[in-house]
Amino acid sequence: MTEFGKNPDREWLKQRIIGVSVCIIFAFAVVFLRFIYLQIIKGDEFRLLSEKNAVRLTGIKAPRGLILDRNKKILVDNRPSFNLKIMLEDAGDVKETMTKVSQMMDTPFEDLMKKISDAGKGAFYKPVTLQDDISRDHLAIIEAHKFDLPGVFIDIEPTRHYIHKKTASHLLGYLGEVNNDELLSGKYPNVKTGDSIGRYGVEKSFETYLQGKRGGRQIEVDANGRTIKVLKTVEPITGLDLKLTIDLDLQQIAEKMLEDKHGAVVALDPNTGDVLVLASAPGFDQNDFVGGINSKKWKALMTDRGKPMTNKAIQGEYPPASTYKIITSIAALEEKEIDIHTTAYCPGFFRYGNRVYRCWNKNGHGEISIIDAISQSCDVFYYQAGDKVGVDALAKYAMGCGLNKKTGILLEGEKKGLIPTSSWKKKRFNESWHRGETLSIAIGQGYDLVTPLQMAVFIAAVGNGGTLYRPRIVSAIEGSQGNLIKEIPTESAGKLPVGKKTLEIIQKGLLKVVDDDRGTAKRIRLKHVKIAGKTGTAQVFSVKSGEKLKTEHLDFYLRDHAWFICYAPAENPVIAISVLIEHGAHGSTAAAPIAAALIGRYINDPSAEEIEKNSSVEETQTE
Amino acid sequence: MFDRRLIENFDWGFLMVIFFICCVGLVVLFSALTAGQEAGAVSSLFKKQIVWMGSGFIIMMILMVMDYRELDKLQMFIYAFCAGLLVIVLIFGQISGGSRRWLVLGFFRIQPSELMKIALIISLSSAYSTSVSQTGINFRKLIKPAILCLIPFALIVDQPDLGTAMLLVLIAGSVTLFVKVERKVFFSLLVTGLSVIPFFWFMLKDYQKDRILTFLDPERDPLGSGYHIIQSKIAIGSGMLTGKGFLKGTQNALSFLPEQHTDFIVSVLAEEWGLLGISILLVLYFILLFWGLNISYNCRNMFGSILAFGITAMIFWQIFINTGMVIGLMPVVGVPLPLVSYGGSSVITNMVGFGILLNISMRKFSSH
Repeated sequence: MTEFGKNPDREWLKQRIIGVSVCIIFAFAVVFLRFIYLQIIKGDEFRLLSEKNAVRLTGIKAPRGLILDRNKKILVDNRPSFNLKIMLEDAGDVKETMTKVSQMMDTPFEDLMKKISDAGKGAFYKPVTLQDDISRDHLAIIEAHKFDLPGVFIDIEPTRHYIHKKTASHLLGYLGEVNNDELLSGKYPNVKTGDSIGRYGVEKSFETYLQGKRGGRQIEVDANGRTIKVLKTVEPITGLDLKLTIDLDLQQIAEKMLEDKHGAVVALDPNTGDVLVLASAPGFDQNDFVGGINSKKWKALMTDRGKPMTNKAIQGEYPPASTYKIITSIAALEEKEIDIHTTAYCPGFFRYGNRVYRCWNKNGHGEISIIDAISQSCDVFYYQAGDKVGVDALAKYAMGCGLNKKTGILLEGEKKGLIPTSSWKKKRFNESWHRGETLSIAIGQGYDLVTPLQMAVFIAAVGNGGTLYRPRIVSAIEGSQGNLIKEIPTESAGKLPVGKKTLEIIQKGLLKVVDDDRGTAKRIRLKHVKIAGKTGTAQVFSVKSGEKLKTEHLDFYLRDHAWFICYAPAENPVIAISVLIEHGAHGSTAAAPIAAALIGRYINDPSAEEIEKNSSVEETQTE
Repeated sequence: MFDRRLIENFDWGFLMVIFFICCVGLVVLFSALTAGQEAGAVSSLFKKQIVWMGSGFIIMMILMVMDYRELDKLQMFIYAFCAGLLVIVLIFGQISGGSRRWLVLGFFRIQPSELMKIALIISLSSAYSTSVSQTGINFRKLIKPAILCLIPFALIVDQPDLGTAMLLVLIAGSVTLFVKVERKVFFSLLVTGLSVIPFFWFMLKDYQKDRILTFLDPERDPLGSGYHIIQSKIAIGSGMLTGKGFLKGTQNALSFLPEQHTDFIVSVLAEEWGLLGISILLVLYFILLFWGLNISYNCRNMFGSILAFGITAMIFWQIFINTGMVIGLMPVVGVPLPLVSYGGSSVITNMVGFGILLNISMRKFSSH
């Protein structure tokens, strides 16, 4: 054996190099033979294919998943849209063809040419869209003349269709064309230029499930660009379906009753947190957004004083007004500042320092204890209770009841409202808290702000024995055969900071709001179902003391907001509702009837229909 | 001091071959980049490529001043530096096309995985140069080379860049077989390799399996790589014997191939210059490779001999994988064609390799 050192053995090296050379020669031979095969043996065939640009790729759009309500009624599906396109490569004389198209489509010639020039240089080998979603009449004309229109073709693609116009528009949301930044962000790997993605509502929150996966075809075409044969197909994969917790019938009743009003209605299943109704008025028609909304309609939506693009149920922040008295009651009872027997005397006002705080009932409630104070919504009782508890303890209970934080509903843009504390005021305004301010807070005015959804979650918890649920809008994600892909479980968000005894007192008071003849919402009493609730009237514009203005004399936008929150049946609730009517003036007349109508329909009490009919007729002073 | 003999021994022939390949490369790149553009507009990428090639030649010359045997001493440092860059790229690298392989340095960006190839070859040559024996290398002496190869392999797979990772393994494997392993080592490696594959396969996630299957069989993805292969074959075949002529390629002009100036550049050459053009390029590459083998054979130093072979192997595998892919014989992987495909990192890496080969060639008679 030769000693192997730094100098390689010549014989050994020679043998290695020869071995390697053989490998290289073999590899090159294989490659070279392959080139001969492709270029000489199959050359003519490939030359022909290349001259016609015969093998092309066409995309197939994937249909989005459906959106269903809790009873599997379809809310959103897809319809075919006939899109007029042109393949410039096959078009021949483009100007001549466009002149014909412009006549057939009643579209200015310049617009068509602009679409083509906007598509840019790379567009020569890719279809350019001339007009999306053409009408059946135009379709018939184009199809009849298709042999006079080289390069022009109709592409049938699935397009979003919102079946019930203006129903649950804020909840369902809408789509918009993906923009360049989003494409580059890598968040949408299956989306291509021209595709639509969810822009609002569940269409946006659940984009990843709803969105399908694009398919495509390798096709061979003739010299006119017409398909001769399909070489390979990759079928698109339809997006997954969403099963919502929404009840379509209830949603539509709520929306009908909100017509011509500004406001929001939320209904929950108090035992799960399922959202049965999530309505905000005024709304918009999502079908306007399909294929891009025109700027006139968009401008109208943006400048409307009723703010149709705001989902008031989750984004509207309002003073809770008298509905907040429930929280003041909880705080005072739990802090042992009062008990069920503690009374206050209400002469119609409350003197505090050198100021006079008025009760809504100027005649006064007389000697009153907590249950009647709830049912008759006595302000004086709560001025005193709030003063005893103090702002920070009140805030502690309010936050424990789910206020001042988002409920966690899977919709974008939820607001969290505001519950003031003394340290908050110090930080925000650099001022100390005045005890007098606590009096306003105690009756839900002042800095207090809540959303209708927060109040729905809260009142549901009062009804169900104390569990705050995270509102759920989608219960399941399903495949197109109805097969379950993913279940979304209900989620508890904690317990109300309240003992059993306190809760019973509150529940008793809430029941009397409707069931007692002096209750503030006695007018919505139903025959069979017992409702427990609380009215509220939130001041938008404060009337100077002593003055009494008739509501009708106030400018609409200065009128009070009306609240009603409730659950039913009182003994074993299956529905909890929160209604807010902007500038509706009185909770009992503007808000409560909507809740009663929903309850009547949901639990089947025909007596509610009377209330539903009369809701807009009478207008009397209650609270 | 600088030895006069070095200049006398300078390998002008090898330099000429490199130069000719660069010329062919630029002509084809010009076609690929000018396709579908307005007349007269010279792409900025073309100018960049010329700058890269110029810089490559300069680096090549600088490398010749230092004796290649110095690399044997510096090998650990070079290796650690390149491995460090690979780690940095995983953390700070720029993502493009779904993988993280670029390191942005001011106005230009580099691909550390390219440089790693050279570093690995140097380190392997150093390791094997002391462990070669007539009967072949035994197990114990394979441990270090195996580790040297696995570290960059894992880092590059993670980017993920399956093509370059595979290339690394092929280069390391070639060098190992070149220095010869014991017969029993060879067979046991083969057996363990084959038995480990199914095990790894089950550990992969579905999308990873999918990626590898598509990589092996482009037909699985008729809208992506499968389509590219068809268009590539049409382009090549339609060139026939003499081609359609300079700048006359229609497939090329249609921009059907997304990577026609990088990975699919051979199809442009084949379409416009036909089988004749392909033959010229293949002959040039053939000469280049045998020149490299000749340098390896004539080197009187074990380290230099293995190093020269390793670099030749690197060039060979790039040529073979790239052309094999374009003609539909190999998986679709992002391996550039040396000196023809557009790409700064690739040009520089190959030029560094040629610089080392010239270096070894010059010093073939001075052995220590």
